[in-house]
Amino acid sequence: MFHRRYIIICLALICVLFLISTVEAQKIMSIQLKESQLRVTPSFLGKITAKLFYGERVTVLQEKGAWKKVSIPGKNVQGWIHETALTSKSIVLKAGRGTVGTSVTGKEIALAGKGFNEEVEAQYKKNNKNLDYTWINQMETMKVSPEQMEDFIAGGNLVFGAEGGNP
Amino acid sequence: MNKLSRYAILLTLAALTGCAAVETVTTIATDVGVQSGALTKAQGESIRKSTQAVSRSMEDFTQEQEYYIGRSVGAIVLGKYSALSDAKVNAYLNLLGQTLAMASDMPELFGGYHFLALNSDDINAFATPGGHIFVTRGLIRCCRTEDALAAVLAHEIGHVQLRHGMKAIEKGRVTEALTILAQESAKSFGSEDVIRLTREFGGAISDITNTMIKNGYSRAYEYQADAVSVTILKRIGYNPAALIDMLNVMARQMKPGGNDFARTHPSPQSRIAELKDNSGIALTSIEPPAVRKERFTKAVGHLL
Repeated sequence: MFHRRYIIICLALICVLFLISTVEAQKIMSIQLKESQLRVTPSFLGKITAKLFYGERVTVLQEKGAWKKVSIPGKNVQGWIHETALTSKSIVLKAGRGTVGTSVTGKEIALAGKGFNEEVEAQYKKNNKNLDYTWINQMETMKVSPEQMEDFIAGGNLVFGAEGGNP
Repeated sequence: MNKLSRYAILLTLAALTGCAAVETVTTIATDVGVQSGALTKAQGESIRKSTQAVSRSMEDFTQEQEYYIGRSVGAIVLGKYSALSDAKVNAYLNLLGQTLAMASDMPELFGGYHFLALNSDDINAFATPGGHIFVTRGLIRCCRTEDALAAVLAHEIGHVQLRHGMKAIEKGRVTEALTILAQESAKSFGSEDVIRLTREFGGAISDITNTMIKNGYSRAYEYQADAVSVTILKRIGYNPAALIDMLNVMARQMKPGGNDFARTHPSPQSRIAELKDNSGIALTSIEPPAVRKERFTKAVGHLL
């Protein structure tokens, strides 16, 4: 004999699942990069409207392929950002690392600065004194600006997004 | 206590597995289950724990953590090969490589993509999970055109995009590291935790470098990276046949038994065969435009 109470419990669980997916549809996302930019158009060659930093939150307004048009809560700024710059997890910064509060709870949290971080790298270096990070630091300073990229593309008879791909 | 109804709840729980919010649902479900008497408290607790263990995977590493793994993997590569201190070459590699990366499916990384030439005649290249990409002079010498060099860099971007480096980390290690993190995430880290995490960190670095430098990725991974390379080349207007051209040159220049691509990669011939079969690239090589030839020669001509 299958008790009615348990059928109700099972139905309730399924309802909870649907409720959660509805809440997730209204998207607030976080920047998962050291820094990123919002652009006027959905392209890496688009003019930059704002700079964003790790853990900052944005509201998704519109989607176009791999690009999302977002706004920054509390600020009158909108722009396009590539989806790989964003995570649906709430990024909680360690105290003193940023403006984002640490009041968020739950499992969908990426703890910025936790885990394999500067501190762990320093400890690892201490254990492996033969390793030299000079060139790693050096190569990380080699950055290409959108203008240089645009010149390189035009100058080489190339096309950005020739196949309607991600750019 | 009705056995059937307990199974019904367990079944519902099982059905919910695989959904994004599985942990939240499981927590609520087990609470309901325990309160209604369908599950004992211990059963509820054990379901919660196993769901957490299952949902802990490589995906739970933040991009920031992959970046730090990448830095140390890069430092190990630079312990084996020295950097080529040639500003002209490195500037060109970054201009070309960062442009290609923007056309990939993974254009954004925590610290971005960065490229560096290595001072060696070995035919070799490496990509770390953090986006540090290295190419030896020997491999640059296999490239007769900018299109061919683009094919090489796009192949490495493919390894980053497909997270092949991260997949080389032993599963047990991933679980262990993430468990330490989960236990301690609520409070600040003590030095004991840093030491434990550093042990896992060191293990992860060894797993990746052993695969990348010594044993090589699987043939499947290499073919996948070639396929990504072709996609990127097409998107940006390079001739994808340049990859085949580069592989032909590589086949001639590669020393059998060498400690480089000869050991870690499928033979150039089998990569070419795979490209023809699955990417349908025509063999006919088309000469790149004069402007591209000119800037390629200007930037790396002195290495060739």
